[in-house]
Amino acid sequence: MTPVLATTPSPVRPILMKGNEAIAEAAVQAGCDAYFGYPITPQAELLEWMARRMPELGRVFIQAESELGAINMALGAAATGARVLVSSSSPGVSLMAEAMSYMAASELPMVLVNVMRGGPGLGSIGPSQADYFQATKGHGHGDYRLPVLAPSSIAEAVDLVATAFEIAERYRTPTMLLTDGVMGQAMEPIVPSFRVPVRIPGTWQLGGADGRRPRIVRSLHLQPEDLEAHNRHLQAKYRTIEEREVRWAGERLEDAEIAIVAYGTSARVARSAIERARDHGLAVGLYRPITLWPFPTEALAALATRLRAILVVEMSSGQLVEDVRLAVGDRTCVLFHGRTGGMVPTPGDVVDALRRAWAMTEDRPFEARRSR
Amino acid sequence: MTTQDLQTTDTRRRIYRRPESLTDRSTHYCPGCGHGIVHRIVAELLDELALGPRTIGVASVGCSVFAYDYLDVDFVESPHGRAPAVATGVRRVKPDAFVFTYQGDGDLAAIGTAEIVHAAARGERISVIFVNNGIYGMTGGQMAPTTLLGQRTTSSPAGREAATMGYPIPITEMLAILPGVAYAARGSIADPGAIGRTKAMIRRSFEIQLAGGTFSIVEVLSTCPVGWGMTATASMEHLARDVVATYPLGVMVDRPAGAEG
Repeated sequence: MTPVLATTPSPVRPILMKGNEAIAEAAVQAGCDAYFGYPITPQAELLEWMARRMPELGRVFIQAESELGAINMALGAAATGARVLVSSSSPGVSLMAEAMSYMAASELPMVLVNVMRGGPGLGSIGPSQADYFQATKGHGHGDYRLPVLAPSSIAEAVDLVATAFEIAERYRTPTMLLTDGVMGQAMEPIVPSFRVPVRIPGTWQLGGADGRRPRIVRSLHLQPEDLEAHNRHLQAKYRTIEEREVRWAGERLEDAEIAIVAYGTSARVARSAIERARDHGLAVGLYRPITLWPFPTEALAALATRLRAILVVEMSSGQLVEDVRLAVGDRTCVLFHGRTGGMVPTPGDVVDALRRAWAMTEDRPFEARRSR
Repeated sequence: MTTQDLQTTDTRRRIYRRPESLTDRSTHYCPGCGHGIVHRIVAELLDELALGPRTIGVASVGCSVFAYDYLDVDFVESPHGRAPAVATGVRRVKPDAFVFTYQGDGDLAAIGTAEIVHAAARGERISVIFVNNGIYGMTGGQMAPTTLLGQRTTSSPAGREAATMGYPIPITEMLAILPGVAYAARGSIADPGAIGRTKAMIRRSFEIQLAGGTFSIVEVLSTCPVGWGMTATASMEHLARDVVATYPLGVMVDRPAGAEG
């Protein structure tokens, strides 16, 4: 189990940055040509950072009339081949579902940051992971998938901004960076060394049919045969993404009998809980999906065969846990600990949940599971 | 080959031809529908102003979604009502492009109200061709915000009554009061004279954009014989007589300097 993401040592001195602002600056450094947004807590600092930085560099910044306006401006800019960023938080991301479906269908690259807050409805402005289903199971209408990257530190978020642009442009698909109110508001040291994704030339970008045939960026295919062929093309692309872009990280899994599966802020809490649980003699580790779609299914299934239990920790009523159950089947027992509404699980709560899981699975010792 | 070339090889003078910016495909529009006329006006102007190589059109949702099959320029298709936002995105990253939207009244005056108002308020340097036939044609002739009082549609079978269905919305007049709007006008396709005047309005809109002016909109009153339950001829008469009475023709504002003017 090798963690996929390695931080390259850099001579540059780390600086302290707020998550929202670090993500914004990473996008600026990645060569983002245009940003479109609308104020919503807890992502407003991202918009504000771009409001200052983009005009400074002669690039495009628009505060739109709504999230609908913002995402459709992104659609238009992306259709010309521009590198485009949009950000919002849960209720605003719901409004963007329509255009996300159109962009997936029209194969337009774009990165959308969702700084999740408590839901449903207007919910709260506290951190949450309740948009997991929305992010990974479609978001808008129709048969499409959305690559979703979930950093669990601000430094990792900075790196994944570049990765998100790379995936978006390599596969011509909207891509989501999924963070939450904690990640957005917290400050952490980051190394101000940024990756600039290479621009991929193409024959689809609009710019005026000067000396070539006109190009059309569209999602309408009225003939069922045409639309089915288009859907097959999209699905083939999604299979390629599933083969190539799965990312996850493991910590202390070598001797673990129970693994916590968690992403983002929940993974941070889990890390603290694991240290404490190990002090109490419990052999536990962390399996942290970095791509929520494509979900790192295979490695988790392989790991599950030697675990007495998996504990899924998330800031929702149980969404990630469904993908974990699908991945592991009956290979091991899958338990769940979640908080909602803007509440964050505490390491103490997670240690208690680990102890209960340990006690519940006393009859399924590690060695016995391994020899099966 | 230009008209000049033809004249040197042939004594006959060619006075009518398909514009180069119009494809030679048969349209899917119904007999008596005005979209074909408006498409032709746009194509003629793209040719006359030599805009084809730098044009990015923005298609909307409704009967005219297939404008990109007939207008031979780069095109991006928008979600329903969002064309002005999509055009904004295009415009801002392609400052040298010629950008226009082509929208119907359901698209622009109902679901897309916020997008059109704010594109106008920002003074986006785009040209909006707004084809108003007072009905949702593509979905089977339902009432639109622009439907005339008393007009029977499939969703106002007893006729539109103000008490429960509200009044026709004069959205171009509403937009004309915004300082970001350089030009707002309403024409029709009811007869050759009206078509000529409409073409002059659209030309003005295009020229304002080319000169660096802000937002412009030309509303074109058009027909939907099938949705209106009329023959093609009767629908043209209805357009010239009744529709124009609710939506007066003319230029509402012409201040090419836009917000500065």
